[in-house]
Amino acid sequence: MSFVDFLLSNGHEALELVLEHLFLVVVSTGIAILIGVPLGILLTRKPGLSKPVLGFANIMQTVPSLALFGFLIPLNLYLFHVKIVGGIGARTAIVALVLYSLLPIIRNTFTGISGVDPAIREAGRGMGMTDRQLLFQVELPLALGVIIAGVRVATVICVGTATIAAAIDAGGLGRYIFRGLRANDNVLILAGAVPAALIALAADLLLGTVERVMRLGEAVKGKRILWGAVFALVLVGMIGVTNLFSGKGAERVAVGSKDFTEQVILGELLAQAIETKTALKVERRFDLGGSLAHEALIAGEIDIYVEYTGTALLAILKGRPSSDPQDVFKRVKADYASRFKLEWAEPLGFNNTFAILVRGEDAQRLGLKTVSDAAKISAQWRAGFGQDFMSRADGYPGFAKTYGLRFQETREMDLSLTYRALAEKQVDLIAGNSTDGLISRYRLFQLEDDRHYFPPYDAVPVARQTALDKHPALRGVLKQLGGILTVEEMRKLNYAVDGAKRQAKDVVGDFLKQKGWAVNPGSDPQNRPAQ
Amino acid sequence: MNNEQTTIEFRGVGFALPNGRTLLADLNLAVNSGETLVLLGRSGSGKTTTMKLINRLLDPTSGEVRVEGKPTVEWDPIRLRRRVGYVIQEIGLFPHLTIEQNIGVVPRLEGWEPERIRTRARELLVMVGLDPDRFAGRLPRELSGGQRQRVGVARALAADPPIILLDEPFGALDPITRREIQREFRSLQAKLHKTLVFVTHDIGEAFVLASRIALLKDGQMILLGPPAELLASSHPEARAFADCFLDAQSIGRAT
Repeated sequence: MSFVDFLLSNGHEALELVLEHLFLVVVSTGIAILIGVPLGILLTRKPGLSKPVLGFANIMQTVPSLALFGFLIPLNLYLFHVKIVGGIGARTAIVALVLYSLLPIIRNTFTGISGVDPAIREAGRGMGMTDRQLLFQVELPLALGVIIAGVRVATVICVGTATIAAAIDAGGLGRYIFRGLRANDNVLILAGAVPAALIALAADLLLGTVERVMRLGEAVKGKRILWGAVFALVLVGMIGVTNLFSGKGAERVAVGSKDFTEQVILGELLAQAIETKTALKVERRFDLGGSLAHEALIAGEIDIYVEYTGTALLAILKGRPSSDPQDVFKRVKADYASRFKLEWAEPLGFNNTFAILVRGEDAQRLGLKTVSDAAKISAQWRAGFGQDFMSRADGYPGFAKTYGLRFQETREMDLSLTYRALAEKQVDLIAGNSTDGLISRYRLFQLEDDRHYFPPYDAVPVARQTALDKHPALRGVLKQLGGILTVEEMRKLNYAVDGAKRQAKDVVGDFLKQKGWAVNPGSDPQNRPAQ
Repeated sequence: MNNEQTTIEFRGVGFALPNGRTLLADLNLAVNSGETLVLLGRSGSGKTTTMKLINRLLDPTSGEVRVEGKPTVEWDPIRLRRRVGYVIQEIGLFPHLTIEQNIGVVPRLEGWEPERIRTRARELLVMVGLDPDRFAGRLPRELSGGQRQRVGVARALAADPPIILLDEPFGALDPITRREIQREFRSLQAKLHKTLVFVTHDIGEAFVLASRIALLKDGQMILLGPPAELLASSHPEARAFADCFLDAQSIGRAT
């Protein structure tokens, strides 16, 4: 199936993502103009400020976007009781996008106005224009071409960066790209990337035309186009802002998930279980990258998501490693309650530990069973690990030390790419997840952790105590979910989504039915398309 | 000089840059109502500085400049500038405005009715010899240098200011156009009865237009009087300019 077919058969959803994307870009660029142009003007009046302000804008542009998101989410800034920054979703994404688009707008406003012929400026002053009249009647009209060139650059940057906003549940075409990366699905990646590129091209062309008209000084025509653009901008912005700040219903429960398939399935499992057993409306806020899900939970942006005991102990609590599942569970439960006011529910029943994987043919040919076996020949091997594994406390450094591993080359890449890299023989060993559906799809072999390096990773729903107190029915649902999944079942569910390309929503619905739940999915029109 | 009422007066005026360099020293000069005073001198002699002191684009660092009897530092600069028309070299037209809009800038700042601005602009275009129907809607870059310069003069006249400052307005024109526009300007001058201060380094232009000439050198005024006085002076700078003029005359006669 080509991505064009995909887009045609998923037209409604694709259109929604395009609109979300446009919304992010238009609102962000609009706000950046409202901030950047006055700031640029100020710099022409107070040249001493230009170094620090342009320096700041410059630095903002070099901050990696995921890092910026991670920094903004826990902030929680309010202005007149309206939340401006913080949490997951479009609001935080827009703040980040505004910061990215500021530089070209400020810089071009500053240079555009500074570039106005001093003789013309003096003619205006000599004719008795006040500073304000000079600005609005002479300097700004003459600088407009240059300013619009800046807006054009900012818009194109914004279209690109907005794809990453999907990592914090801000929507847009990035959803397809992330989903595609996760499922190793080129069609999906293209379905996100090509429309995004087309939007960027269209914006570039449109603003290029406006810019050319303004530079030619065709004042009347240019003004008409400009006012039209400003009007459209304000309109979209207003619609967006009312959407953004409209209060959310009190009887909603926000379910989150991290950004890989199993997490989306588990998020869907929680969501459908809650929808089936209670009258609560569920808001799905899936695909949160890195530790964003945890931060969103603390910030109150989501009420519940599934965490793994080992991850909580080592990556979040920075605790001492332990290989005893009971001990780990008890410790995280106690610490989360006292430190974060978060409650751990019943474990779902499976342990998703790190799986050290090699190609099945290699394992057979070389007779590999355990990690220790592989360690002996590691010097001839190339390894590929996700960013997460490379950086976490229970990840690569300790692992390599425990087994005395020394690879010919260690490549760091997105987790979702490691399986494909292994299958395509670009690397020879990866660290995946024991429940991953791709393990059977690519016929990979899991080496045994014979020195018991990896701590237990039991999957357990973690919820905000306040949310549980407010909706007591939730506790009952969580109790029923205790022990519902074995590792094999989890691997099957993962494969159904990753391998058989079924929608997570349907897979979970079937699974719950099979377990005897009277499932009633999709009653809420707000449900996001299944992942 | 039948009208000796003083419109602009320099009293011991000096102007120095913040770095201490003196551009103008102890200037005493009175410009009478209705006369055309030409500030003559080489580049860097202080002509333009003198002119900018009149409409407060600069404030004197010593002494005072009085316009209509009031020191410039006591004038609201915006009010002052709207009473003083200002013509600079052709680049002074706003490139993004049509000819009609350029002429209408000061009346618009003064809050005139659009219809009145329009009528005034067309009237002035006729006065400076440009057909309003052809030129009113054009942009400055669609005009020749001479046409632009006429628009510059029309713009300075728009709100009918009693004083007009002209800073080498014809400097960028070719000699023939320049001569033509000088003649037209002189007949305009006779009709308008404005007080004009005209900066030039062209002695020929000074002779055509001046009631009196003020010769400046290195920030000092070395001579003030009617053109004939300059020709008679023995000061070396005056002689240098006078010779220049006489050479041109004799070449003119020889051919």
